[in-house]
Amino acid sequence: MKSFVDNRHAPADGRPEHPDNLPLAIHDLTVAYHRKPVIWDIELNIPEGKLVGVVGPNGAGKSTLLKACQDLVPKTSGEVHIYGAPYKSCRSLVGYVPQRESVDWDFPVSALDVVAMGTYGRLGWFRRVGKAQKRVAMDALERVGIEHLANRQISQLSGGQQQRVFLARALAQDARLYFMDEPFAAVDAATEQAIVTLLKELNRGGKTCLIVHHDLSSVTRYFDWLVLLNMRVVASGPTEEVFTRENLQKTYGGKLSLLDDVVDRLRHVSS
Amino acid sequence: MSAVKSGLILLVALALLFLSAGSVEARESAWQDWGYVWKVLTLQSYNARLVILSTSLLGMASGLVGTFLLLRKRSLMGDVLSHAAYPGIGMAFLVMLLLGGEGKWLPGLLLGAAATGLLGVLMVLAIRNTTRLKDDAAMGIVMGVSFGLGVALMKMVSNLPQADAAGLNSFIYGTAASMIFGDFLLILVVTTGAALASLFLLKEFAILCFDESFAASQGWPTLFLDLAMLGLVTSVTVVGLQAVGLVLIIAFLIIPATAARFWTHDLRGMLALAAVIGGASGWIGSSLSALFADFPTGAVIVLVAAAIFLVSMLFGPARGVVPRSWRHARLRRKVGRQHLLRAAYEILEGQQPDVAEPIRNLPIALDSLMTHRSWSAQQINRLLRTARNEDHLEEAGPGQVRLSEAGFGEAARITRNHRLWELYLIRYADIAPSHVDRDADLVEHVLDAEVVDQLESELQDRPSSLEVPPSPHFIDQRAESQAIHRKA
Amino acid sequence: MNWSSLDTWTVAIGAICAVACALPGCFLVLRRMSMMGDAISHAVLPGLAAAFLITHSRVTVVMFVGAVCVGLLTAVFTQWISKSGKVDRGAAMGIVFTSLFALGLIMIRQSAQHVELDPSCVLYGSLEYCVLDIVRVGALEVPRAVLSTGTVMLANLLLCALLFKELRISSFDPALATTMGINANLMHYLLMAIVAVTTVAAFEAVGSIIVIAMLIVPPATALLLTNRLPFVLILSAVIGIASAFLGHLGALTVPPLFDLGDTVSSGMMAVAAGLLFCLAWLLAPQQGLLVRWFGRDLGYGEESQDFPEETV
Repeated sequence: MKSFVDNRHAPADGRPEHPDNLPLAIHDLTVAYHRKPVIWDIELNIPEGKLVGVVGPNGAGKSTLLKACQDLVPKTSGEVHIYGAPYKSCRSLVGYVPQRESVDWDFPVSALDVVAMGTYGRLGWFRRVGKAQKRVAMDALERVGIEHLANRQISQLSGGQQQRVFLARALAQDARLYFMDEPFAAVDAATEQAIVTLLKELNRGGKTCLIVHHDLSSVTRYFDWLVLLNMRVVASGPTEEVFTRENLQKTYGGKLSLLDDVVDRLRHVSS
Repeated sequence: MSAVKSGLILLVALALLFLSAGSVEARESAWQDWGYVWKVLTLQSYNARLVILSTSLLGMASGLVGTFLLLRKRSLMGDVLSHAAYPGIGMAFLVMLLLGGEGKWLPGLLLGAAATGLLGVLMVLAIRNTTRLKDDAAMGIVMGVSFGLGVALMKMVSNLPQADAAGLNSFIYGTAASMIFGDFLLILVVTTGAALASLFLLKEFAILCFDESFAASQGWPTLFLDLAMLGLVTSVTVVGLQAVGLVLIIAFLIIPATAARFWTHDLRGMLALAAVIGGASGWIGSSLSALFADFPTGAVIVLVAAAIFLVSMLFGPARGVVPRSWRHARLRRKVGRQHLLRAAYEILEGQQPDVAEPIRNLPIALDSLMTHRSWSAQQINRLLRTARNEDHLEEAGPGQVRLSEAGFGEAARITRNHRLWELYLIRYADIAPSHVDRDADLVEHVLDAEVVDQLESELQDRPSSLEVPPSPHFIDQRAESQAIHRKA
Repeated sequence: MNWSSLDTWTVAIGAICAVACALPGCFLVLRRMSMMGDAISHAVLPGLAAAFLITHSRVTVVMFVGAVCVGLLTAVFTQWISKSGKVDRGAAMGIVFTSLFALGLIMIRQSAQHVELDPSCVLYGSLEYCVLDIVRVGALEVPRAVLSTGTVMLANLLLCALLFKELRISSFDPALATTMGINANLMHYLLMAIVAVTTVAAFEAVGSIIVIAMLIVPPATALLLTNRLPFVLILSAVIGIASAFLGHLGALTVPPLFDLGDTVSSGMMAVAAGLLFCLAWLLAPQQGLLVRWFGRDLGYGEESQDFPEETV
C-alpha cells in the first residue's frame, strides 16, 4: 500500500469502510440552496491515477460537487475524504482550477504572479514570494507552454492562455489530486491540445484529476473514468462501461434521437 | 463611448474645475508674496507644518488601504464606515462624561467612532446575508440611519455645557486648521501601523482580492482577512475623519488608488503610486489651503486629488484614455497597411499565368485592389496614402499603382508570414482550412520576426527565401467580387 | 409634552418629504442604485451653491435647475469614468460625488459671504426654522416648505403613476425595455433627475444627507413586507409618513428623558425609519428573521430571485 505524507486523522469508526488509499471518497453527500437540493445522496469512490470526467446537463451540480469537496460550499449532509482524511487536513494534496469567470482578469498582476499564488499555501503567513517560488512558477508556466508570457498582465492574454495560467497555478501547488472546473470551456484548439497533453502527463505521473466537462463528443478521448451526474450520480466507472445510451438517457433526459446519434458515432470512433 | 462624447464630458469637467477656481476670491496678499508660498510648501511655517504632514501621512495610508478596497470592489465601504462612525463620536462623548471624565478626549472619541463604524459594516453584511436586499440597499440603510442618529446625538450633546460645539462639529469638515501636536502623533501612529500591516499582509490581501475561492481552497481564512482589511480601513477612516472631515476621507480612500491603476499593471507598483498620489494630494492641498484661509482643507485636498485623477485617467500610459486610443489607432493603421500589401501581392499572383516562375512586379488596377478585400473608396485612399508615404507604392498610370522594390519585398514577407501561420494552424490545431484566414490575420499582426524564424525552422521543408507556398485555401477572386457586388 | 401647531407642521413637512423620497427611492433600490441616490444627494451641493451665488437667495427655480444639471452630470460622469476608464462602478461614483461635494463646500464657504447660509444647515436641514417661514395661500398660512416639497411630492406621484409600467420594466430588464421601445437609458437619467429635484426640495427641511435615509429605508422596509410592486410603493409611502411622525415624537420626548435639551427632528426621523426597518427585518410575515429561525430556511446570501413577483 502506498504510504503518503501529511497529517491525517485516523479513520473514523462505525461507518462503511473508506479505503485510505483512495484519492477521493464521497459518502452520502447532499448540498442544498434555498431548500432545493443541488446534489443529493452522492456516493463516489474514485481510484488513484485516473483522469475522471464529470459530465451532466446544465444545473446538474457539477461545479457544486467540486466546491463541496473543498469546503467552499456548506454541506447539508455527508462526508468527503481525501486519502482517508477530511479535506481540512490535507489541503496540500489538492490542487484547484476554478472556472475562468470566477476572477476579474483586469487585476494588476502578471501571469507569473498568478502562478506563484499556487505556492502561497506552503509559504505561510507574512512571508514574501522569493526566488524559489518564482522558479516553481516558471517551471509550471513552461509545462503549459506559455513561459514567454510570464510578465504579461493577465488581461492581455487570450482566453486559452488565461486557462493555461490557471492550470500552471494548480501545477505549482504540486498536488496529488486535482479538481478542475470546465478547463476546456471556450478555449482555442491549440490550448485544448496543450491541456490534454498536460493531463496525460499528469496521468502518467500517477496524479488523479477530477474534471468537469461539458462536451460529450470528446469524453471518450480524454477520460478513462466517467461520472455521469444529474443531481445524483447516475453512473460512475471506467468510460467504456459507463458511456452507454441507457446511462446517457438517464442523465440527460429526452433528446433521445440526438443521443442515439452521438453514442453510436462515438463508440465507433477510437480515441 | 465615442470620442466626441468623451471630449464633451471632459470639457464640462474642466469647466467645473475652473469654476471652482474662478469663484475664489483670493486674498491678493497671499499670492503676491511668493516667499510666503515657498515657506509654506517647505514646511517652514509652523502653523501649516502639522497640517501638511498629517494630511500627507493620511494620504499615503489611505492610498495603500484604498488600493485593497478597490481591488476587493468595496470602495464605497469607506463611505459606509465614515457615516456609521459619526454617532460613535457623540456616544463616546456621553460615555466619557458619564465616567466622570472631560468628554473630549480624542482617542476615546475615535474609539467610539471606530466601534460604531465597524458595527455599521457588520450590519451591512447581516442585512445583505439575511434578506433579499442587496449590498447597495444595505449600505444605504446603514448610512442614512446612522448618520441621522449621529446628527441627533450631536445636537443633544451640544446642548451640554461641557461640549464645545465647534470641536465636535469638526468631524464634518475636519479640524485641520486647528490641529495640535497630539493629533499629529495619533495620525502618525495609526498611519504607520496601517502601512506596515498592508505590507505584511500584501500577498494575503492580493490573493483574497484576486480569487477568493482559490484562496479559501488553499486554506486561507478569508473571513478573517476580510475583517483585517476592514479594521485597517476603519482605523484610517476614523483618524481621517478628524483631520479632513467625513465626506472627504471617503475621497482619500478611493481617488489615489483609482488614479494609480492607470499608470501601472503591477500590484506593487499600484500600491506605491497610490501612496505617492495620496501623499502628494495631501501636501499640495493643505499647502494651498494654508495660503487661502477661506477654504476648508479637506475640500481643497480632494480637488487636488481629483485633478491628479483626471490627468491619470486621460494620460496614464497603462490604461489612460489617450494612450489607449492612440495604440488602437496605430494597430489599425498597421493592420490596414499589411492588408493592402498582401492584397497587392495576391493580385500579382493571380495575374501570373505560370506558378513556377517568380512573381513579376506589374502595375495593379485600383479597382481590383478594392474588390479584393471589399474596401470602400475612402478606406483605400487612406491606405494608399500611408503606403505611398512609406515608399511602398508608387503611381503607375491612371487608376493603377505599382509596388516599389521595397514594397514588393515587404509584401512578400507579409504574405509569407501569413501563409506560414495558415500552415501552422492546420498542422498543429484541428481547425478546418476555411477558418484559417480569420485566425491567422489576428495572430500575424502581433508576431515578431523571431517567432517567424522559429516557425520556419519547424516547418523544415520551407526554405527561407521569398518564395511563398500557395495559399492552403483557394482564393477565388471572381467569387469574392461577386459577393461584394451582391452586398452593395 | 406640549404639542403645538408648529409640531403638526413639522410632521407634515417631514411626511411630505418622506413620501416624495420614497417613490423614486423604490426604483433606486430595485435597480440596485441606492448608492447613486446617496451620490446625488451629496453632489447637488455645488448646484445649490452656484444657485446661491447667482441669485443670492434661497429656494428658487434656479436652484432646481442647478440641481437637475448636477444630478445628471453625476450620472454622466460616473458612467464615463466607469466605462472609458474601466473603473469599478462604486469607485467611479465615489470619485464623482466626493469631488463635486468638495467643490460645493468651497463654493458654499464663498457664497456664505453673500447669503446667510449655514453650511451645516445644508447638510442636515433645519425643520425647526422651516416651520417658521410662513406664506399666505388664500386664507391659510402655511410654511413655505410645505408648498415646495408638496409640489415635488405631487409631481413624483404623477410621474410614478403615469410612467409606472415604463419604470417597472426598465428596472427589471433594461434590455427588454429598450427592444420594446422604452429607452432604458432615458428612464435611467429621468430617475436621476427626479432624485436630484427631490433632494433639493427636501434639503431645506431634512438636509441633503438625511435624504438618503428617506430615499432608501422605507422602500427597503416595504420590500421586506410585500412581493407586489404597487404595494411596495404604497407601503413605502406609509412607512415614510410613520417615520416622520414617530421621529418628531421621539425628538420631543427622548432628550428630556436624558436631560439633554432638544434635538434635530430630521435625524430622529431617520432613526425612526431605521427602527421600523428593524421591526420588519425581525417580524416580517414571510421574510422576517424570527419567522425563518423558527420556520423554514430561505438561504439568502446567494443570488436569489429578488424582484417583486409581478409578471411583466
